[in-house]
Amino acid sequence: MIHLNNVHKSYGTGNNSLHVLKGIDLNIPKGAFVSIMGSSGSGKSTLLNILGILDNYDEGSYYLDGTLVKDMSEKHAAKLRNEMLGFVFQSFNLISFKNAMENVALPLYYQGVNRKKRNKIALEYLDKMGLLPWATHMPNELSGGQKQRVAIARSLISQPKVIVADEPTGALDTATSYEVMEILKEINGDGITVIIVTHEHDIAAMTHQIIRLKDGIISEIIQNGELKEWKQQYTKARVTA
Amino acid sequence: MFDIDKWQEILATIKKNKMRTFLTGFSVAWGIFMLMILLGSGNGLSNGVAQNFMRDAVNAMWLWSGRTSIPYQGMKENRQIQFTNTDYDLLKDIPEIEFTSGRYFISGNRFAYGSEFGEYTAITCHPELREVESIEIASGRFINNVDIKESRKSVVLGKDIYDALFKGQEAIGEYVRINNVPFKVVGICLEGGGTRHRNAYVPVTTGQKVFNGANRLHNFALTINANSIEESKVIEEKVRAALARKHKFDPTDRAALGSYNKLENYLQTMRIFEAIKIFIWIIGAGTLIAGVVGVSNIMLIVVKERTKEIGIRKAIGATPGSVIGLILLEAILITTIAGYIGLVLGTGLMEGINLLVERQFEAAAATNNGNGDMIFRNPTVDINIAATATLLLIFAGALAGYIPAKRAARIKPIEALRDE
Repeated sequence: MIHLNNVHKSYGTGNNSLHVLKGIDLNIPKGAFVSIMGSSGSGKSTLLNILGILDNYDEGSYYLDGTLVKDMSEKHAAKLRNEMLGFVFQSFNLISFKNAMENVALPLYYQGVNRKKRNKIALEYLDKMGLLPWATHMPNELSGGQKQRVAIARSLISQPKVIVADEPTGALDTATSYEVMEILKEINGDGITVIIVTHEHDIAAMTHQIIRLKDGIISEIIQNGELKEWKQQYTKARVTA
Repeated sequence: MFDIDKWQEILATIKKNKMRTFLTGFSVAWGIFMLMILLGSGNGLSNGVAQNFMRDAVNAMWLWSGRTSIPYQGMKENRQIQFTNTDYDLLKDIPEIEFTSGRYFISGNRFAYGSEFGEYTAITCHPELREVESIEIASGRFINNVDIKESRKSVVLGKDIYDALFKGQEAIGEYVRINNVPFKVVGICLEGGGTRHRNAYVPVTTGQKVFNGANRLHNFALTINANSIEESKVIEEKVRAALARKHKFDPTDRAALGSYNKLENYLQTMRIFEAIKIFIWIIGAGTLIAGVVGVSNIMLIVVKERTKEIGIRKAIGATPGSVIGLILLEAILITTIAGYIGLVLGTGLMEGINLLVERQFEAAAATNNGNGDMIFRNPTVDINIAATATLLLIFAGALAGYIPAKRAARIKPIEALRDE
């Protein structure tokens, strides 16, 4: 599904240039449930932006579902994002003056689906999230967990192949975080590839694969079976430190 | 452009940001409002002056004689030119001249009736003077051709003279003494568009006979058939040439033959008003530009404020084109609607003032025997200008929205969605 080959990315120009990604090679198969971890400055957000076609990269190649994503026109990139990808953000990023249903329906607006139809579909997705009674509520009338569920519904409505989540539980308490992770797990169960950026180990531990970034390169990839062991090691290391 | 969803999207945004929209629109509404008031006032002034000109026939021309200032055909300068009745006949035969009236000046104008008397001006004239100077008859009649032919001692009194001498009594058929010569009152008149009616009119032939004028005349008042400055100038030159040939003086000698061409002056004054109108447009456009810059400014802030929202939209599939459309159409919508409100209010106010002015004019006319005096008339803006202004507004809206829209299109989702 996702195939990165020696991807480089720098910010800024000339002497102030900051080399953020220093050659990323990564394969994420269809239906994977992956988390990306790393300390701040490790390049994990940049990687996620590139994966989400929200940013360009300088070198290398990125294939999304067999399509080379490179030097795309903004229009083409927008279309690809709309059709292939769903985004979930830490701060939910709902549009404050639209109610839950309208927020969920927005991606379909950009696909040219008429209002009646897209609102109907949006209600179905809200129902799946158990938010049907809140369909006409504005974002500021919803709790954090509810907001994130609205955001997830919005990311799913265009039936994407990949869900990209940037710290989806970063602004939520533990119980709600786990609820959201349950939902993401279900989505993954439906065959959608889910990629999460997180710095919380318990969240990462719920995914099938952890990609650890360090200084712009992948330092290790931990498979699900090794997770428990790794977690113990990690906590031990932290306690002794 | 006529995508209903797009408009719903824009209307939803506007509805959720009422205050911001109001402030944005206000500057434009104000700009157009001021433009309409300025244009309306300009029109009012122009119409008022035009009507003041209408007191006399707009195409009137006056000629008077003097002394030559240029030697001509061997004759020295400083020669007195004297009009006579033959000049009157000459002018009458020029086809471009509609009406002609000659005048012989009478010195000393003491008017007396019974024990009442006063100093007024007696103007000797032909019946045509009535057309030239737009004289209105309040009662009786004006000087007629029989008066001229028979040199009858008839007089048409101005309203003010009648009021002073007769104090409201019946005057027609009575005799007033002008310089101790009795004249029979045949009519009472009002000067067209004026407020003072202190002139009396007597037949020119009578004036010449009674006051030793022989066949001499001092000046002519006439109206010409001309529709433009050029035409009226050509006729003026023709008249001057005819008189110059007859009296043997240089046609360009303005001391020998003085002339005042009202049409020329009228059209020139109207040209000044055209210039004032252009000036008003410039000022109005300036006000409007200030409004547009205001909209542009606020739209820039709007874009900044909505950076996150635009980032979200782009992340979930909005193309740059749709983002530009969103901002541009919002700007156009706000300027057009706000501008239209300003337009309606501005023209409405001017219509209201017009109503007031007309009422005042009527009141003035009522107290002044049907002759109001106003410098300000019909201060309204016609529909074409309003339509032009509306088109200008849509254009201005597009202009105001363009830079902010471009900036919005350049927003990168990552930067917009970054958590700080």
